[in-house]
Amino acid sequence: MEYEIKPTEKFSLGTKELWQYRELFYFFTWRDIRIKYKQTFLGFAWALIQPLAFMLVFTMIFGKNISNTSVPYPVFAFTGLALWNIFATGISAAGNSMVSNSHIIRKIYFPRLIIPISSILVAFFDFLMTIPVIIVMLVWFKCSPDWASIWMLPTALLFAVIGTVGPGCLLAALNVKYRDFRYVIPFLVQFLLFVTPVIYPIDFIGNKTLQHVLSLNPMSAPISLFRGFVLGTPVEIIPCIVSLCSALFFFAIGIAVFRKTERTFADLA
Amino acid sequence: MKPILEISSVSKTFRLQHEQQPYSSLRESMMGIFSRSKTTKETFHALDNISFNVNAGESIGIIGKNGAGKSTLLKILSRITPPSSGTITVRGRIASLLEVGTGFHPELTGRENVFLNGSILGMTRREIAAKFDEIVDFSGTERFLDTPLKHFSSGMQLRLAFAVAAFLEPEILIIDEVLAVGDAEFQKRCIGKMESVSKSGRTVLFVSHNLGAVQALCEKTIYLHQGKIKEFAKSGPVIQQYLNEQSGQSTVVRKLNETKKCFVHEVSFNQDQEAGILKLSVKVESKMRGLVALDIRLANINMEPAAFGSIGTFDPDHKLAFIEGSNIISMEIKTDQLANGLYYVSIDLKEPDKEYYDRAEQALLIEIANQPIVPHGRSMQLDWNLGTMKLEIQRTT
Repeated sequence: MEYEIKPTEKFSLGTKELWQYRELFYFFTWRDIRIKYKQTFLGFAWALIQPLAFMLVFTMIFGKNISNTSVPYPVFAFTGLALWNIFATGISAAGNSMVSNSHIIRKIYFPRLIIPISSILVAFFDFLMTIPVIIVMLVWFKCSPDWASIWMLPTALLFAVIGTVGPGCLLAALNVKYRDFRYVIPFLVQFLLFVTPVIYPIDFIGNKTLQHVLSLNPMSAPISLFRGFVLGTPVEIIPCIVSLCSALFFFAIGIAVFRKTERTFADLA
Repeated sequence: MKPILEISSVSKTFRLQHEQQPYSSLRESMMGIFSRSKTTKETFHALDNISFNVNAGESIGIIGKNGAGKSTLLKILSRITPPSSGTITVRGRIASLLEVGTGFHPELTGRENVFLNGSILGMTRREIAAKFDEIVDFSGTERFLDTPLKHFSSGMQLRLAFAVAAFLEPEILIIDEVLAVGDAEFQKRCIGKMESVSKSGRTVLFVSHNLGAVQALCEKTIYLHQGKIKEFAKSGPVIQQYLNEQSGQSTVVRKLNETKKCFVHEVSFNQDQEAGILKLSVKVESKMRGLVALDIRLANINMEPAAFGSIGTFDPDHKLAFIEGSNIISMEIKTDQLANGLYYVSIDLKEPDKEYYDRAEQALLIEIANQPIVPHGRSMQLDWNLGTMKLEIQRTT
């Protein structure tokens, strides 16, 4: 084994190294899950409370207005919110992760990408906790999944993670240098929830052009694909493709910016 | 065989930005686009064109004053921060220990922290599991393993942390001043462990202020001074040179500390070798009138206490009466009871059993050089490792 340490390095994804350190993904994720729910009385129930509470509020506000959906609104809202939460908690945790782990970054080397990605995996774990609730709701509201489109489920989950990792890593890298982003992140999360088809179907927006603009949210495709399988709601092709492309675009940008700046993190964090 | 570490002309510069936060805000960066550098910028060479090679199996000590660039060098070698210029070729797996217990989390149990810390240091889960019992044994914390770390005493946390690190098995081990913490017994164990690591043929780079430990563990030592290598040779002579340069100063002026009621501002000494007397002069800045005791502590270069003396601690009637402003105290210490060698001198100002007004840790480094009392006899040397004080023994039969 021989390598060189130089002022600048050739750009690479560093996948070989990530694979070498693969166990650290597990350890960081496991640590964050343990800490998140340690000394809490309700424990993992907290993963459910937030989407459930939002679902209740949105059902009270929009329940009657958005009745043109083919499925009961509460299920519609909850499936969207459960997936949205991966993004919402994922990018805020990832965005702050480099700063909150700065004591480790300043003392030891490992591929830095592990930190933001692990904090997104924690958000994904929270999502897994909501699955039983989704199943209960499906039974209660007498909905059944569309088994013919089962392929939509893995696609939706994969793109939910990809769509979160991109902006998450981008924000993590920017936050190290510009602490402004710790104020941007909560605002961004709230703002995007309302301007994107999470709590209303995309055809709720009359204007076609506006529909495409709103589809730029990387999470809109995973959410509609997820609903496409769980609830059998129709998936609009073009907004979906727009959203998937946007997810890939942000993924590439996020990883590239992160990899380019990660070597200076220890000096800045 | 090629050297395991090749460091060639490595420099690290920092830009000092005065009157600015260490991290920038977006606004400042945007302003920067339009106006060219409003802030005064000054470059600082933490490391200045450093080159050296390390062969497999060597243990190298790195010494120097604070700010000489020791920690920066280790950070570059452990890939935490990149060099500004130069190249380092590494031929082996590096593990660096810039701190013990990196990533320890107070909410997790001892057991969980061992796994977390181990994996951050680069061990696999299987490796940790295989060595788990040994690690716990070495740390002596088995009874508390399932207790959250926050309930551990700080000494126990430290022992657990060092135990994990002690079972790392890299080809190159980089250690920064981790031994500066913990009690004497723990430090001894750490040094013992490190000795066995370096004897097992691994390459060790070791930064420490504990010169005794450096001398014991490392064959060769690098003496860094203001970012440059001043000397790189066998440990003994290099440490001697470092100490001589430090002990060459006969007067030390400390930075004034406005918050203290009285404060050791200046210490100077001169030695009358013929008479076996060390003359010390201490200038104290005081903001109060009152009686104060002054203690002198001597320690050897391993920082182990060697001798203690006081004006006022044992005999309250002889306490010093300070006035507001400068007070100069001169004193003499007989040196014939001390072994020859180098000592750190620390000075305390205190109200016995109540409070320390000031503690000037290692204010001076002095060399005691006693003449033999009997002509053609010998005087005791510190490096005989027999201790620091000479027992006076009178023959009775």
